[in-house]
Amino acid sequence: MVTVAEKMRAKQALTGAEAVAHAMRQIEPHVVAAYPITPQTPIVEYFAQFVADGLVKTEMIPVESEHSAMSAVVGAAASGARAMTATSANGLALMHEVVYITASMRLPVVMPVVNRALSGPINIHCDHSDSMAERDSGWIQLYAENNQEAYELTILAVRLAESEEVRLPVMVCLDGFILSHGVEPVEIYPDDQVKNFVGEAKPYYPLLDTSHPVTYGPIDLYDYYFEHKRQQIEGMKGAKRLFPAIAQEFEKAFGKRYDFVERYRTDDADCVIVALGSTNSTIKYAVDWMREEGQKVGLLKLWTFRPFPKEEIRKALDGKKAVVVLDRAASFGAEAPLYEAVKSSLYNAAHRPAMGSYIYGLGGRDIRPEDIRKAADNALKGELNADEQMYLGLRE
Amino acid sequence: MAAKRWKEIPIGGTITEAGNAKEFKTGSWRVMRPIHDKNKCTSCMLCWLYCPDQAILQTQGHMDGINYDYCKGCGLCSSVCPAKAIEMKAETEFLE
Amino acid sequence: MPITMKELALEFDKKNPGITQGHRLCPGCGAPITAKFVLMVAKHLGYDPLVGVATGCLEVSTTIYPYTAWSIPYIHNAFENVSATVSGVETASRALKKWGKIPQDKRHAFIAFGGDGGTYDIGLQSLSGAVERGHNFLYVLYDNEGYMNTGNQRSGSTPPGAQTTTAPVGKVIPGKPQLKKNIVEIIAAHENVYAATVSLSDPVDFFNKVEKGLNFQGPAFLAAISPCVRFWRVPESDTVKIARLAVESNYWPLYEVEKGVYRVTRKPKSFKPVEEFLKSQGRFRPLLSRPDADKIVGELQAYVDARWERLLALEEATKDKPIRK
Repeated sequence: MVTVAEKMRAKQALTGAEAVAHAMRQIEPHVVAAYPITPQTPIVEYFAQFVADGLVKTEMIPVESEHSAMSAVVGAAASGARAMTATSANGLALMHEVVYITASMRLPVVMPVVNRALSGPINIHCDHSDSMAERDSGWIQLYAENNQEAYELTILAVRLAESEEVRLPVMVCLDGFILSHGVEPVEIYPDDQVKNFVGEAKPYYPLLDTSHPVTYGPIDLYDYYFEHKRQQIEGMKGAKRLFPAIAQEFEKAFGKRYDFVERYRTDDADCVIVALGSTNSTIKYAVDWMREEGQKVGLLKLWTFRPFPKEEIRKALDGKKAVVVLDRAASFGAEAPLYEAVKSSLYNAAHRPAMGSYIYGLGGRDIRPEDIRKAADNALKGELNADEQMYLGLRE
Repeated sequence: MAAKRWKEIPIGGTITEAGNAKEFKTGSWRVMRPIHDKNKCTSCMLCWLYCPDQAILQTQGHMDGINYDYCKGCGLCSSVCPAKAIEMKAETEFLE
Repeated sequence: MPITMKELALEFDKKNPGITQGHRLCPGCGAPITAKFVLMVAKHLGYDPLVGVATGCLEVSTTIYPYTAWSIPYIHNAFENVSATVSGVETASRALKKWGKIPQDKRHAFIAFGGDGGTYDIGLQSLSGAVERGHNFLYVLYDNEGYMNTGNQRSGSTPPGAQTTTAPVGKVIPGKPQLKKNIVEIIAAHENVYAATVSLSDPVDFFNKVEKGLNFQGPAFLAAISPCVRFWRVPESDTVKIARLAVESNYWPLYEVEKGVYRVTRKPKSFKPVEEFLKSQGRFRPLLSRPDADKIVGELQAYVDARWERLLALEEATKDKPIRK
């Protein structure tokens, strides 16, 4: 009989959802509490089948809402169990208060977020408004370019979350439908290799240890809240410090090297494009296309949005002629979130590049290489205006 | 206790010293003080059962008295006592 | 063998039940008495209790950082999700037992405390979900009939005519017009559950129902009337007296529903008029001084009487007929 592990050793054609479900299967958390929401649903469905078939011993709680999903995960994680959930868009919005609470309790939860536009109007397709709305929540945010990365980052996230210097929850973001439902070749690593990498859960102050009773979730008055928040900031600093070491360990185990950013043909680039998520694949294609024509374009892809890699961005972009930032989310009344953050990173740069902000792809609006070329062309022609909001693919 | 700095407290807002509220003596809240009359008391344990602040002292079902460190002076003990063995007096009578 | 007060007095003369002194609940508050009763029974039965508490009086007043009045494991998450949180704790214990991290014979008791706000209103969804999923936990509602921690706002549990800040008795409107939501019926309708009313005034009945709830295989729900001395406007010493009056006037009948089988556990020969219960508390004074007071009180009395008849009929109709063996 062929085991699941043996079947999976070669590259398989998998959707992002199935790949992430396999990561969860291999991590084998003690508890999963999840509520279905398009386009996250297949993750929960695959995992539920693994549970029903006894491939994992995980106790699965079919909660009645996302708010309860994160609440049950908090209860389980505080008890000393490894607990996971997954969601999208309005599900993430519904659990918003508990998302903050999870981070404040320093619970090392890992949650795949299948990026989908927040209502209204209701839209089931991809954009980053859902995870952008959680950027202040205290969660680490990792963005996957493709299904392989979604699978790998979920595994890496467990180690990052549970590290002593960190103890913060992690959301692994993968674009809705594009990655979650799109089929790509994915290599699933052997079960025991993944299990060795994630290791045993290290509970801190577990509730279930009744011989050392602890209180979780007290009320803070003005004399302690600030100090507790400062501790969370320190945890994020720990994540920034520790990520390279964990990425190095991941490379040793599986051969793939992660970092805060990926530089693609940026060394001699005149114009660098910055983006998050699956669009980076399209941008790489556009970069190659423009390079063939002699245009010096490059891509700076961000893997981590929280902690935000200020120094790495400054190092990569300082001295470049032009930078265009592509945002798949808007921040109404202000500059687009990724643009704002990148621009701010360049405040202390010796030679600040010209910059342009491009919002694209809201509600699943398709982004094509031609659209990306338009932004790069603006940059190369010196037409960028750092204060003007531009759009790609919008019917203006 | 003096307020601690951010590096001096456990992360996550977790309180690791179980039951340390005992350091907070709520007896200072009192406006009325229960006075226990050992002669009338039958150690029925109703006052002990109902005290919201567990300020009734008893040993193996025998009433010992009131724990004035925590007694808030609500008077429930006096109210439920069938033997009228607890009388509520103004706290001002006991000011030193 | 019913648990007696004497047994508990002998066991807990020096042993702490799980909630300590030094909490900052009001003098005379019914909530810490409720918590104490539940935890004493749990420990007496040999359980190791863990508690989750919803945001409210009990939670806030017992855990002002850096102090905690809980000598047992405790978690507070948010207002509406104590049932979901305790679902997670209970599930984690089953998972960790499966993994061999916790000994199989470890007897935890998973207890959730919620006020009426966190139970009838904002917490109803997560409570219903947890009960439907069949988690093995005990939910104890300490019902003080309003959002008391924040100053007496009305809840789905507030009786008609009670003075609250968000449904005040005014010149035109005589306070909350709606009846008190019947939470025990709602939970009992989840079929595979134990649900009961309890009162501080009847301790043996209280202990008995805590025992039944803890030993029940599946979710159990206790609704405990918990007078709020502050906002029911009663003397601090009268908590138990008011709870007793609630039972004696049929305002708070004592009964249990076990997998659909109704049992009325206290059947007085006669009831005091519900008006006596209303008159005992200052929160009803604005109502009672209105010209239409008699009409409103009469409606409440009629409801209380009809509810009693219905309870007796249900007891008769469901006798020995559990919805599931």
